[in-house]
Formats: sequence, C-alpha cells, structure tokens
Amino acid sequence: MSIQVLVFYLFGTILTLSALSVITVRNPVYAALFLVLAFFSSAAIWMLLEVEFLAITLVLVYVGAVMVLFLFVVMMLDVNLSRLREGFARYLPVGILVALVMAGELLLVIWTKGAEKLPLPPGNPEGFSNTTYLGERLYTEYLFPFEIAAVILLVAIVAAITLTHRGRSEGGRYQDPARQVQVTRDERVRIVSMPAVKDKENGA
Amino acid sequence: MDMQMLTTLLWTVAKILMIVVPLILTVAYYTYAERKVIGYMQSRMGPNRVGPWGLLQPFADVFKLLFKEIILPSNANKFLFYLAPVLSLAPAFAAWAVVPFDDWLVLADIDASLLYVLALTSMGVYGVIVAGWASNSKYAFIGALRSAAQIVSYEIAMGFALVGVIIVAGSINLREIVLAQQGGIFDWFWLPLLPLFMVYFISGVAETNRAPFDVAEGESEIVAGFHVEYAGAAFAVFFLAEYANMILISALTALLFAGGWLSPFENVPLLAETFIAQPHAAWFLGKMFFFMFFFLWFRATFPRYRYDQIMRLGWKVFIPITIVWLIVAAVFVLLGWVEQGA
Repeated sequence: MSIQVLVFYLFGTILTLSALSVITVRNPVYAALFLVLAFFSSAAIWMLLEVEFLAITLVLVYVGAVMVLFLFVVMMLDVNLSRLREGFARYLPVGILVALVMAGELLLVIWTKGAEKLPLPPGNPEGFSNTTYLGERLYTEYLFPFEIAAVILLVAIVAAITLTHRGRSEGGRYQDPARQVQVTRDERVRIVSMPAVKDKENGA
Repeated sequence: MDMQMLTTLLWTVAKILMIVVPLILTVAYYTYAERKVIGYMQSRMGPNRVGPWGLLQPFADVFKLLFKEIILPSNANKFLFYLAPVLSLAPAFAAWAVVPFDDWLVLADIDASLLYVLALTSMGVYGVIVAGWASNSKYAFIGALRSAAQIVSYEIAMGFALVGVIIVAGSINLREIVLAQQGGIFDWFWLPLLPLFMVYFISGVAETNRAPFDVAEGESEIVAGFHVEYAGAAFAVFFLAEYANMILISALTALLFAGGWLSPFENVPLLAETFIAQPHAAWFLGKMFFFMFFFLWFRATFPRYRYDQIMRLGWKVFIPITIVWLIVAAVFVLLGWVEQGA
C-alpha cells in the first residue's frame, strides 16, 4: 500500500466520522467544529488529487470565513435541544425517504458505470500548474457560465442587504465621520472668562 | 520503510526545527525589544535587571510562566479549553513552511504558496473563538466575538491587496513574486501598489489583534479578552502565537512589497558590482525586522480604536481603496507601465 492510499484512508475515515458527528453530537458548537474538521479533511483529499488551488480555496473560504460566521451565530444562540428532538420522530419518514432516494441514485451510478471500470485519472505532468489551468478554462471556455454565477452571487448579496437594511430612521442618532473629523476647536471649547478671586473673605 | 525515506523524513524534521527554533528565539527577543523600544519611546529604561542590559528577561518570563499552574475555570469545556492555544499556535508556525528566505532557502516551494499562507492565517481565528467560548466567561466570550468579526472583516481587504500583488507579479508563488521585483528599490511592489501596501500592512496589524486594533484584549473594558482565563503555559502559547503571527505578517510584507531577499541597490551605478547589491537572506531578515519595528512603534503611538471605527475603516475605507487600486494595477500592467513578472 502506497503512502497516498494510506493518507486517503486516514482522511477519508476522519471525514466520514466527523460528518457523522455533525448530525449526532448534542452540542451545536461541537457540531460546527466537526463540520470544520470535515471541510479540512476533504480539502486534504482534494490535495491528493493534485488540485491544490481548489483544496486551499476550500480551506480559505469555508474554514476561514463561512464557518467562522457560523460558529459566531451558533455560539450566541441558546439552542434548545429538547425541542429540536421533538421534531425528530415527525420528520423521520421523510428523512428515510430522502436517504433511500439518494442511496438509490448513488447505487445506480456505480451500477451503470461500474466502480472498478472507472480508470484512475492520469497524474499531472511535471511543471503542471493547476491554478493556471483553472484560470485559463474559467476565463476562456467557461466565461459565460462563470459570469452568470458571479451575477447570481451579486444578486444574492444585494438581496440580503435589502432585506436587512432599514435605512436611517427619522430623528435616529447616527454618526457622520466626515463631520466628526472636521470639528474644530472653536466648536467644542468655550473659554469662560471669570475674574480671579481677589479678596479672601468672599473667595471659597 | 526503507532507508531513503527515513533519511528524507529526518532531514525534513531537521529543516522544520531549523525554522521553528530561531522563530521561537526571535519571539522571545521580540518581547524584550518591545519592552525596550516602548520604554525608550516613553523615556523609561525598559527591563534592565535580569542579565546584562536585561537580556535574560525573556527567559525569566518564560520560566515563570511554565512553572505556574494552569487554572481551569469552573464549568469550562476542558477539551476545547486546552485545544484552543494549540489551534492558534499551529497555523502561525505552519505558514512558515512556504516562506522563502532566499532564492534556494525555502522548506516547501509549492505552487500556490501565497494562497496557502492566506488560508492558514485565516485559520488562526479558531484558537481565539474556541478559547473565548470554552472559558465559560463573559469577558472571554465578548473578546472572542470581537476578534472573530474583526479578523473576518480585515481578511477581505487583505485578500484584495494580495490580488493586486498577484496581478502585478503574475504568480501566486512567493518565490516568483519576489523574483518579479528585481531591479532595485523602485522596482519593488511598494511603489506601484502603494495604497495596497498600506492597506495590507494595516490589515495585518488588525489581523494579529495588535494595538491600535487590540479590542479583542481591550484591558479597559474586558480585562484581557479571549485569554482572560488562561494562566501559565497555556497563556504562554497564546503569547507565542501572537508574536509569531506578527513576525509572519512582517515577513510577508517584506516578501510581497519590499523585494524579499533582493538588495535595494541593484542597478545603482557604482554599487552594482559590489557585494552590497547582491541578493542575500540578510536583506530579507533586515526588511522583516524593519516591519516588525512598526508594530512596536504603532503600539507606543496610537490610542486604541473604538470598535465601530475599526469596522468602518475595514469595510468602508479599505475595501473600496483596494478595489479601485486593483483596476489601477490592471491598467498599469495593460499599458506596460509595470512589467508583469519582470
């Protein structure tokens, strides 16, 4: 058994176990952290496929940004687990149905193609740059789908902001940094001239 | 396992130690330098009691911390509480694997090394968040939330600044980025990418939770932020990670914007033939120490930002600047004013 196969099974095991733990552990913070571990192990498996750009981007985007925000929200929520568990039996039939359909689809793919008939992808030649290849393909061959995806993401961002942004309410308090930095001494400081106390009898 | 693999393994471990041991020593003396520099800036002496000129002070501090008890707060999550310092230290060290000290002196010369560094530095935040949550303390938790929001915000500006470097260098390999800056001090990327250079360095200061962006620690409001419950060796590990990250940001700034190991006097008439114009790892270390000094200078100079000001600076000032300058950098390359990957 070569080192690659060993590494694959190591990360494959970690990935499967952590993915299972995401849905079985009781503590939501643990679930989020297990999801991080799952992302990380799948990035390692991608690395074995010599797609370093996608692997590193997976870590950068999902582990470094998305899951941080997830964790941020999950930590602040006081999730009531007993109420979540109540729904478990009610949704179980639907869940089993979805699981069966998915398992059937997976089996169908393996049946028609045959797992052992799928050839191993050929290794990349010396000096092959995964990043350059990906960039060239995205910006030439797949430019149109790529731009559509970009527009969809932009629409999603604009939609999310529109849904939450309430604008500045009338009479509400807000800061105007441009005005703040233009403040001069004369606007804030008032020199009050008072006569100095001279006679001891009236002075404090 | 055959003999050859074993020697490769041992050789790799030896190389890792050759980076990590000097790094830890640099961290130790960086803390000493910090206290001395800030001391002199404030007309004080700084540490001067342990050893000559106080030079053994870092070791005194380390041994004090190591011999102290690690206190576990009541109802803290024990496993995560002990895991958090490791989570913050590991990325800070692992990122050094791809940092080139000279043209040939790099542990792993991987293709996408700039992305690798960016991915690892973005993972450092987990140590902070997990520490804040596992401590079962309100102050630690507030510190963790502040830090998480701050790091995620500044990462965007940082990433955009790096895109500018990639456009001009035409590569995402750190070694090739340095080689693209050949030709003396005015060919380094700090000049064509001046706004990005400033945004990157300031974001780096924010990303490492250093003054004036250190609201995650914010002594005046939340005692010591996310590591308020940590004592002894566990605290020392957080400390080590913070300083290792500062050194890493300095090293990256030196590589990306200040020509790495290249000499500033390349192509200067009289000097071009002398040893002073030759590329050397010493140039890289010198530039790194130069940027490291800025971290100390900032801390001695600026008062702490208010939290909403930090967010405003990150989202409303830095991100627009970087986006505009990306277009400018692309135009530079298009018009041939800056030769891509020269």
